[in-house]
Amino acid sequence: MVRNTHRHFKFDWITIILFLLLAGFGWINIISASHVGEEINYFDFSQPYGKQLIFIFLTFILIVLLLAIDAKFYERFSSVIYIISMVSLLGLFVFGKNVNGATSWYGIGGMTIQPSEFAKMATALAVAKYVSDLNTNIKNFKDQIQVFIIIIIPALLVLLQNDTGSTIVYGAFFFVLYREGLPKIYLNIGVSLIFISILSLKFGGLFTTIAAGILIFGYYFLNKRRSNILLIIAVFLLSAGASFGIKFFYNSVLQPHQKDRISLWLRLEKDPEKLERMKQTFAYNLNESEKAIGSGGFTGRGFMEGTRTTGKFVPEQHTDYIFSTVGEEWGFFGSTMVVILFVLLLLRILHLAELQKSQFSRVYGYSVAAIIFVHFFINIGMVMGLIPTIGIPLPLFSYGGSGLWAFTILIFIFIKLDSNRINEW
Amino acid sequence: MRQFLLYIVIVLAGLLFISRLFYLQIYNPSSDNLFEDNAIRKVYDYPKRGFVFDRNGELLVSNQPSYDVMVIPREVKPLDTLEFCSLLKIDKQRFKDIYEKAYRYSPRLPSVFIPQLSKADYAVLQEKMRKFEGFYIQKRSLRHYQTTIGANVLGDIGEVNYGDMKNDPYYKSGDLKGKQGVEASYENILRGVKGIKFIQKDRFNRNIGPYKEGIYDTLPVQGKDITITIDAKLQAYGELLMRNKRGGVIAIEPSSGEILAMIAAPTYNPNLLVGRDRSKNFTKLFNDSIAKPLFNRSLQGVYEPGSPFKLMNALIALQEGVMTPNEIVTCSGGYHYGGRVMGCHCAYGTRNNMVGGIMHSCNAYFATAYRKILDKNGSASDGIDKWSAHAKSFGLGNFLNNDLFVGQKGRIPDRDYYKYIYPNTFYSTYTISNAIGQGEVATTPIQLANMIAAIANRGYYYTPHIIKHIEGEDIPEDFTTPKYTSIDKQNFEPVIEGMLQVYKQGTAAALQVKDIDICGKTGTVENFAIVDSVKTQLTDHSIFVAFAPKDNPKIALAVFVENGYWGSRFAGRVASLLIEKHLKGEITRTDLEDWLLRHTLEHEYAKPYSGKPFGINRATTLEEVSPEEYKGLKDELAKLNNQNIDG
Repeated sequence: MVRNTHRHFKFDWITIILFLLLAGFGWINIISASHVGEEINYFDFSQPYGKQLIFIFLTFILIVLLLAIDAKFYERFSSVIYIISMVSLLGLFVFGKNVNGATSWYGIGGMTIQPSEFAKMATALAVAKYVSDLNTNIKNFKDQIQVFIIIIIPALLVLLQNDTGSTIVYGAFFFVLYREGLPKIYLNIGVSLIFISILSLKFGGLFTTIAAGILIFGYYFLNKRRSNILLIIAVFLLSAGASFGIKFFYNSVLQPHQKDRISLWLRLEKDPEKLERMKQTFAYNLNESEKAIGSGGFTGRGFMEGTRTTGKFVPEQHTDYIFSTVGEEWGFFGSTMVVILFVLLLLRILHLAELQKSQFSRVYGYSVAAIIFVHFFINIGMVMGLIPTIGIPLPLFSYGGSGLWAFTILIFIFIKLDSNRINEW
Repeated sequence: MRQFLLYIVIVLAGLLFISRLFYLQIYNPSSDNLFEDNAIRKVYDYPKRGFVFDRNGELLVSNQPSYDVMVIPREVKPLDTLEFCSLLKIDKQRFKDIYEKAYRYSPRLPSVFIPQLSKADYAVLQEKMRKFEGFYIQKRSLRHYQTTIGANVLGDIGEVNYGDMKNDPYYKSGDLKGKQGVEASYENILRGVKGIKFIQKDRFNRNIGPYKEGIYDTLPVQGKDITITIDAKLQAYGELLMRNKRGGVIAIEPSSGEILAMIAAPTYNPNLLVGRDRSKNFTKLFNDSIAKPLFNRSLQGVYEPGSPFKLMNALIALQEGVMTPNEIVTCSGGYHYGGRVMGCHCAYGTRNNMVGGIMHSCNAYFATAYRKILDKNGSASDGIDKWSAHAKSFGLGNFLNNDLFVGQKGRIPDRDYYKYIYPNTFYSTYTISNAIGQGEVATTPIQLANMIAAIANRGYYYTPHIIKHIEGEDIPEDFTTPKYTSIDKQNFEPVIEGMLQVYKQGTAAALQVKDIDICGKTGTVENFAIVDSVKTQLTDHSIFVAFAPKDNPKIALAVFVENGYWGSRFAGRVASLLIEKHLKGEITRTDLEDWLLRHTLEHEYAKPYSGKPFGINRATTLEEVSPEEYKGLKDELAKLNNQNIDG
C-alpha cells in the first residue's frame, strides 16, 4: 500500500511547529533573563541558558522515543503510569528536597527532578482511560466520585508539599469532564462560587447576599415558567451561606501569604505600612515585572537590551516571570505574538481532540489543552497583575528541565495518538 | 455547546491578555527615558564653573574644593563614635540624629553626613577615614570669593530647589545653581555642561558595568569665564562710603552703558554664603526685615526721584517748544494754583531762566514748565500722554531688559493711569507734583542713572549692562546698540549748562572737585512709612545725580541715601567722591571722604522702630560713629589706597 511508506511521518506538523517556535523563543528569553555581563558563551553549562540548551537537546531524544512507542501503549499502560507517578509523589515525603519552601524535588546528583510536573500527564492518561471505559457514564454520580478521586489524589499530594500552584492546575480537568457530559449544575456552581467569593471579599458578605437575593428572586419572578419556589429559596440560602462562608475560609483556612496575595489583588489592603511591606516582598516582583513589561513599548528594547532584565530587577525572571522579559525586550509586538502562538497551539490541540475517533484520545487531547491553558492563563495573568500571585511556570518558556520535559511528553503523546488516527484511516 | 466552552475561554483569555498588554505597553507605558529609568544609575561629572573678573582683569570669583562626608548607612560598621564626632566637631546626639535621618532616607543610597568641611578639617579627617567603614569623602566645587565686596553684584550659588528642577530637567537634586546676581544671570555660561555616565545596576543597587558600553555617556563642558563691567576698586570705595547708610548707587559709563559700580547698602560679605554656614547665614540675612541686606536697593529700590526729575521736565518743555532757555519765571517763594500753593525755597520775587531754575531747583519754575507741557494743545489728557512718552524714551517706567537678575519697572504715569482717580475732568494742576519728581513718578537708582547717561550723551543711551566679555562669545547686540530718546540733541545743552551751574554756584557748590567739570542735580524727597499702622513722615531722602566731565563724559551716576535729609548732604558727597575716584584714581576732597566715614544714619533708621515719638528733618541731628569704628573704617580706606598703589 502506498500509505504504508508514509506511515511514520503522518504527524500534525502544525502543532509541532508551534511547539518548536515557543520552546525556541523561550530559550532566547532565558538567555536575556539569566546572562551575566556582556560576554555570552551559549555552551556555558553552568548558566541557566546553557543548561536549558541541554534540556532542549534531550527533548529531541525524548520526542523520538515518544513517537516511536506504539500508540496503544499509552492507553494500555495508563493505570501503571498513574500509579508510578503517585508513588513518586509519595516518595517526596521521604526523599524530597526542599526548595523555596516546597518539597517538590528529587535530587539526583547535581540534577533535580520535579515529579509533580509529570503527574499531570499521568493523571490526564488515567482520566482519559477511566472516562473512555465503556462502563463509565460521567452523568452518574458514582462515576463522578471515582473520577474525582483520580484527580484529587495528585492534587492533594502536591498541596501537602506546599505547591499550591500545581494543585490549582488540576482544576483544568473540569473543562475535560464538562466536555464529556458532566452535568451543567457543576458549571453553574463553579462560576457562581467565583463571583460570590470575589464580591464577598471585596464588598462584604451582606452586600453579596443582597445582590444574590435580587438576582435569584428577580429570575424567579420575571421568568414566565415559574421554577419551584423551594428550590429557589434553597439556592438563595446556599448563596448566602457561601457569601459568609468564604470570609471564614479566607480568614481561617488560607495561610497569611495567600491572604496577602488576594488582598493585594482585590485592593483590600488599606494600611499603608502593610502595603509598604508587601511592596518589599512578593508585590515587589509584581511591580517590577509590570514596570519591565510597560517599558517595552510597542517594539520593545531589543534582545538583551532590557535595562530591568539586564539588571535582574525581576526576581525569578527566567522561571515564573519569564514573560516580563518578553514584554520588555520584544514589546507589545513580541508579547502579543507569544499570546497568539499559545492560543493557536491550544486551539489546534482542541481541534485535533474533537477529530479523534477514540474517546480515550479525545479526552486525553482535551486534558492536554486544558492543562496548558491553565498554566498559560495563570502565569501570564499573574505576571501582568491580572490575577493573584500563584507560582506556576509558563509552559515551554520557563527555565527548567522537568517542566520542559513534562510538557513535551504531554503534547507528544497526544501527537502520537493523533497520528494513529490519521494512519488508521 | 459543551464543545465550545474551552474554545471560548481560550480566545477570551487571549483577548484579555492582549488588551492588558496594550494598556501596559502602549496606552500607559513606563518611561523608557534613561534619566527616569531606575535601573540605570546616572553619575555626573561636574565641570569647572567659570571665573568672574572685573573690568580691569582682577579675579573676583574662582572655585575652591570642598569636602562632604558621605554615609551609606547599611555599610556602617561599629566605630569609635567619640573620636569620629570630635573630628567632625559635632556631639554624639547630633551624630545619632544625622545617622537616623540618613537611614530613613535610604539604607543603601549615599546621604550627605556633614556637608562642606573646611580644608583643615578635611586634612585631619582624611588620614583616619579608613577607620570608619561606610563613610567616605566626596569632593565638590564651591565658589571662592577673592574679595569681600560686591555681594549684590556677584550673587551666589546654591542647591537647586524643586521648582528649578521642574523648569529645567538639566538640574538634578544636589546640583548647584546661580541664585542671585551675575551667578544667576549668566548661569548657563558659567556652569558649563555636566558630563554624565550611565551605569547599569542590578536590583541590589550594585553597579554591574557601563550601560551599553557607554555609548550614551558624555564628557563635561567646562564653564566659560566672564568679565564684568564693574570696576572692583570703585565698587569697594563706594561700598565703604555707604557704610552705616542705606541706599543705592549706580555708576554707568555713558559711552557704552557699562555699569562701573552697583552699590546696595547695607550689604554683606559674599563669603558668608559659601560653605557649611551658608544656610544659617542666608536665613539670618533673609530674616533681617529692617535693614534688608538681600534687597538690592540700586536695582529694586523704587523711590520718587525728586528734583533730578526736573531735568526731564526741562528737556520735555524745550522739545515741545513750550519754553525757551531764556524765558523767565518769577518765583514768589512758591507756586500758586487754584488757591493752593506748592512751596519753594527761592526768595520772593526771584527771577529764573532755565539755568537758574535748575541751579536753584526752583519748584515754581518747573511747575510752570509742567503745566505748559500738559496744556500745550488745550487738553491735559493728551498732554500727559505726550509727556509720559518722552519720559519713557529714557528707559523710565519699564524694565530695562538688561542682564541683571532683578529689577523694577518704576512708574511714569499717563492718562490711563489716572482714569480711576479722575474719570472725567483732568487738569494739569491735578498732577502738579510730577513737575518736581514726586507724586506718581517713581524710579529705581539704575533708571535714574541711565537717564543721566542719556543726558550726558545728549540724546541716547546704551542699555545698562554688567557683562563686558564672555570667553569665546560676543555680548548681546542689544547692549551695543544705542537707544535714542525723543529729545533732540540741541535741547540738552541748556539743561547740561544748568547742571554744571549746580556745581559752580548752585545747590552743590560745596562739592566741587578741582579740575573736573561735574554736572549734577540734587534731590530731596519726602517719604513716608507705616509706623504702628499710622502713615508717618520720615526724614527726607538724599538724592544726587551727576555726570562728568561735561564734555566727553566718562561716568554718570545716581546716588540714593535713605533719610539723608537733603541732596548734597550725603548723596552729593558720595557722588563727587566716586567721580573723582573714577576720573583721577585718587582723592583730593579727603574732607568729604572723612565726613562720610565719620557720620552714620543708623540713629535715623532706628527712629521708626523705637516706639517713641520722634522728630524729622529739622529735628534730626548729625551723629558720628564710635571712634573705634571710625578708626576701623580709616584702616579699610588705607588698605584700599595701598591696593591702588600696588595696582
